[in-house]
Parts: sequence; structure tokens; C-alpha cells
Amino acid sequence: MKLSEVQKILQAEVLCGEESLDLELDTACGSDLMSDVLAFTKRGALLLTGLTNAQAIRTAEIADIKAVVFVRGKRPDEGVIKLAESKNIPILATRFLMFESCGMLYENGMVGVSQLKEAVGDG
Amino acid sequence: MVEESSIFGKGFTVRGGDFANAGEVSCKVRNILKEIGINSDIIRRVAIVAYEAEMNVVMYAREGTLSFEVTPDRIKLVMEDEGNGIENIELAMQEGYSTATDEIREMGFGAGMGLPNIKKNSDDFKINSIVGKGTRVEVTIST
Ligand SMILES: Nc1ncnc2c1ncn2[C@@H]1O[C@H](COP(=O)(O)OP(=O)(O)OP(=O)(O)O)[C@@H](O)[C@H]1O
Ligand SMILES: [Mg+2]
Repeated sequence: MKLSEVQKILQAEVLCGEESLDLELDTACGSDLMSDVLAFTKRGALLLTGLTNAQAIRTAEIADIKAVVFVRGKRPDEGVIKLAESKNIPILATRFLMFESCGMLYENGMVGVSQLKEAVGDG
Repeated sequence: MVEESSIFGKGFTVRGGDFANAGEVSCKVRNILKEIGINSDIIRRVAIVAYEAEMNVVMYAREGTLSFEVTPDRIKLVMEDEGNGIENIELAMQEGYSTATDEIREMGFGAGMGLPNIKKNSDDFKINSIVGKGTRVEVTIST
């Protein structure tokens, strides 16, 4: 799913990385716990999180996460947006809650990490 | 720790409690490995190991040094800190075990997954700790 579709589905505001809306995302992961993100995501994923600090951005970079969506109407401060810009990680913000956001993306065809694994494993 | 066959090696200081910069050292390591041209799946594993170890020093220790060394067949990472150390390593290695404070949890950490994540991403993993002195984590990832 393209990041531009994610934006449309979640009626999200683009906080940075407007030029990257063409990005293709293989899978998504929703979590506020960064070690869980590192343990259970795959490269190229979209991260949905309510955590709006610098750690969300650094975790995304470390895990090769392509883009981040902040849920529940949470807004990061300016420094976090600058950090994401410097790392070339687009960030979006949606007013929908975590459950709603994940549900809406899932309904529109975004798959989870375990499904991705199966799809690859079973050929 | 720099060996003759070493392609690249470097050490960085990590300060305990420095949440503003927490993780940046690992981001730097990741970028250096990218520049050297290491395989991206390997880089991801090294970066996760470095990041989890760095966050642990920021959260639980006073100061640490993260050094890494690249040789033709492997990458070795050592995180050594001065701090309170870990009393029961077996317990600390269990998924879900954490002594994180509420403050740390609000920052997105404290799942008790860091050390297990480090081990899972390593080909060789060693941890030593002396209570009241500090902790040393040594990881090797074959390339
Ligand atoms: N460098 C360290 N110095 C002292 N104690 C440590 C150190 N690293 C880990 N610990 C102890 O071991 C516990 C488990 O560490 P681990 O990294 O697995 O989980 P966590 O840091 O609590 O949570 P997470 O890593 O998921 O954010 C910590 O809660 C802490 O008590
Ligand atoms: Mg940890």
C-alpha cells in the first residue's frame, strides 16, 4: 500500500516527507513499546504509534521502518519533526485511535508482519 | 580490541540519563556500516543490538562505551558500562522482565524485550555484570 493511500484512509496530516507519499509499504505494525517494534517488525514497514518523542523516530530508523503515523491526534514537538526530516522518515498524524487506525488500514488490504512471513514462506 | 584484519573500528561514549540523545550513537553506527557497504539485513541486526544496548545504558547505567569492529567475516559489538550492574542475569534475560520506572515506560521502553532482542539478533552473545560496578555485553554477528 502506498503512503498516499494510508494518508487518505486515515485522513492524516503530513507533518514531514510530503515528497515521499509515493513510498510503497509492505506491512504495518502498531505499538507504543519500542522494543516490541524492534522485535516484531520487518524492514519496510509502516509504524503506527502513540509515542511522539524522538525515540519513535530513532526506533524507526534502526528498524528500517519507512514511515510513521502518530495516532489519537497526538502531535510531536518541532524537534521531533526536524529529526524525522533529517533521517528522511515521513511522518503523518491522524485523529483516529490506534485500534481504529489499524482496523482501517487492515480493511483496505494492509497486512501484518506474521501474514507477510507466511506469504513469503509458502511462496 | 582492534585486530590486524580489522576493516573498521570505532568507539562511542553513551551517557546515562541522556534521553535527548538516546539512540543516536546506534544511528551513527548504522550509517557507518551503510557507508562501508555491509548487507542491509546484517546492518539491521547490528543496529537493533546496538540500540537496545545503548538504551539500557541510558536507562540503567551512568556511562558506557559502545565499540564496534568490522572484520571480513564478522561484526563485533561491545557495550561496556559503569553502573549498578545486574543482580540476576538469568532473570534479566527473560522476555517481559523489566525494572523500568514509569518515566521510562512513558518513553516507550520497559517491555523487558531488550536483552532477549539482543540475543536473538546475535550469532554469539556474552553478558557479564558485577553488581555495583557495571555491565558488559559482547555480541558477534557473522557477515
Ligand atoms: N546496562 C544495564 N545496567 C543495569 N541494569 C540493566 C542493564 N541492562 C539491563 N538491565 C536490567 O535488566 C532488565 C531487563 O533489560 P531489557 O533490556 O531486557 O528490558 P528493559 O530495558 O527493561 O525493557 P525494553 O528493553 O524492552 O525497553 C532491565 O529492566 C534492568 O533491570
Ligand atoms: Mg532494554
